[in-house]
Amino acid sequence: MINLPLLPILIPLLAAVILMFFPKRIKAQRFISLLAIGATIVASVVLAAEVKANGIQTVNLGSWPAPYGIPLVSDMLSVLLVLTSSILTFFVVWYAMIYMDEKYESFFFYIGVMFLLVGINGAFTTGDIFNLFVFFEVFLISSYLLIVLGGKKAQLRESIKYVLINVISSALFVTAVAYLYSVVGSLNMADISQRISELGNTGIVTVIAIFFLMVFGLKGAIVPLYFWLPGSYSAPPIPVLALFGALLTKVGVYSILRTYTLFFTQDTGYTHEILGVLALLSIVVGVIGAVAYREVKTIIIYNIVVAVGVILYGVAAMTPASLEGAVFYLLHDMVIKAALFLLVGIMIAIAGSSHLKDMGGMIRDYPRIGWTYFVAALALAGIPPLSGFIGKLLIVQGGFEAGDIVGPLLVLISSLLVLYSAMKIFMNGFWGTPKEYHGAKAKSANRLWVPAAALVLIAIFYGVGTEAIRPFITMAVEPLIDPAIYIEAVLKE
Amino acid sequence: MKKPNDVILQTVTTVISFIIILFSINLFFAGHYTPGGGFIGGLMTAAALVLLLLAYDVKTLNTILPFDYRMMTAAGLLIAVLTGAGALLFNQPFLTHAYDYFNLPLLGETSLHTAVLFDIGVYLVVIGVTMTIIQTIGESE
Repeated sequence: MINLPLLPILIPLLAAVILMFFPKRIKAQRFISLLAIGATIVASVVLAAEVKANGIQTVNLGSWPAPYGIPLVSDMLSVLLVLTSSILTFFVVWYAMIYMDEKYESFFFYIGVMFLLVGINGAFTTGDIFNLFVFFEVFLISSYLLIVLGGKKAQLRESIKYVLINVISSALFVTAVAYLYSVVGSLNMADISQRISELGNTGIVTVIAIFFLMVFGLKGAIVPLYFWLPGSYSAPPIPVLALFGALLTKVGVYSILRTYTLFFTQDTGYTHEILGVLALLSIVVGVIGAVAYREVKTIIIYNIVVAVGVILYGVAAMTPASLEGAVFYLLHDMVIKAALFLLVGIMIAIAGSSHLKDMGGMIRDYPRIGWTYFVAALALAGIPPLSGFIGKLLIVQGGFEAGDIVGPLLVLISSLLVLYSAMKIFMNGFWGTPKEYHGAKAKSANRLWVPAAALVLIAIFYGVGTEAIRPFITMAVEPLIDPAIYIEAVLKE
Repeated sequence: MKKPNDVILQTVTTVISFIIILFSINLFFAGHYTPGGGFIGGLMTAAALVLLLLAYDVKTLNTILPFDYRMMTAAGLLIAVLTGAGALLFNQPFLTHAYDYFNLPLLGETSLHTAVLFDIGVYLVVIGVTMTIIQTIGESE
């Protein structure tokens, strides 16, 4: 089946279109969306096996040969990301079925989620820079729908900011692609990489590299371009927030990872230095935010900024170990952020408030939720048997190998503060004297726990089974270290 | 207030809207060889419908053209996706198109291309989306 790389995009797309015919029939909507995401997971697993066995898979859409048409390229990195996003979406949609009320679900909610998955899977898979832009728009426009759906006052206010920021960054993206196209004359990512290396070290390529860093930094929320994130992400309901926090910023991070290992490898002393400094600043700012707030949602939201910084620091160091660590940490962070948002969402559902001062002693009535959260918090900080450990270890090792001391130390200190911020929620929310709760959704708390616990279980397996996963990650890192592998697979001549 | 009598506008509209729709269909089919195509064709058809909306009102338009524009958008998307996915049945890459020459009874030798099916999808989506936006804004108080 030569169209295998396409299936994780095509299945949710077809499902979204079919769902548009009967938006008010909620049972059918739920059933078809779960079925379609399940099929997407199966397709991604088959694709991963295929990539493992036979190397990078490409499809030239419309049968046009490589530099002229649009290729879809599935290397191990993109397959793993597609698989992770599909699994996350499955559990978040499951959670949403219990969490949302029917009125909300009947206004194109599942259709929005399916289109979001199309955009994200497409962005991870495409091998064409302008097609990447189109897939960015697909998931951004779906996210505009999801952020405003419900029409609460805060949602309307924050969606205006969110749309404004993203429209500006999309315009910058188009401009950056226009610059790049006028310099190299190609949009195919493998072809661009080849032509830039023929061009050698010219100033304009460095300018374009910084331009792309600005664009993807706005999408992926690095300091100083993260300012829109805390407000915008606190507005939508919890399942939507879990999707956003786990997936959207990571597409920006993936794009930086891809462009900075494939295109801009000429003047790394300048571009990667700036990336490294911004990544470390993101860690600092994110940690300050996570420690400062006592609102459970906001604490986890600032942890997104920390994680983006840690991953990008791994990218900036550009050693094999740090790149491997970045990929490990990227996958871990997607899973654990979704799990944490879902767990925090249960706490909010029980307490009817998102502030720690209204919570306390939840462990008495909800021990399962409490201990699941405890494990998730340890995994977030990177305690050895759990999922966050190996990624951070490799990033720190890579940082030291690259001759840097400040960076790895900052990463280590940040882990401590991240642990403090997550434990703050546990100590104040689950321990202490029990309080009166007025949450309307407290009854469904134990049903909501199931999908969240499933994600934590995945995180545990990811940590315990590191040895089994490592060959896949090593394979994912190969084209990042040596772009020639990627170029050869796409342009095969 | 007395309702103004816009008999001239309505008479002209009945004639003009047909001409606009014919022009939009011409634009749609000309797309492969000359400027035009699904997007501008769909926009032009929607413009004709908007002219009808201006001359009459939302209710009247729904009586003469009882379409559900949301369904039209969905149908257009479905046609476009399935056209692309049709290539999967022949184990070709997605969106691979096929064409051939046929002797049609009235038109003589004509080239038929599956890209037209994709364009019909685009055409329906553009009409559906434009009319959904205009009707939704028009109906909200």
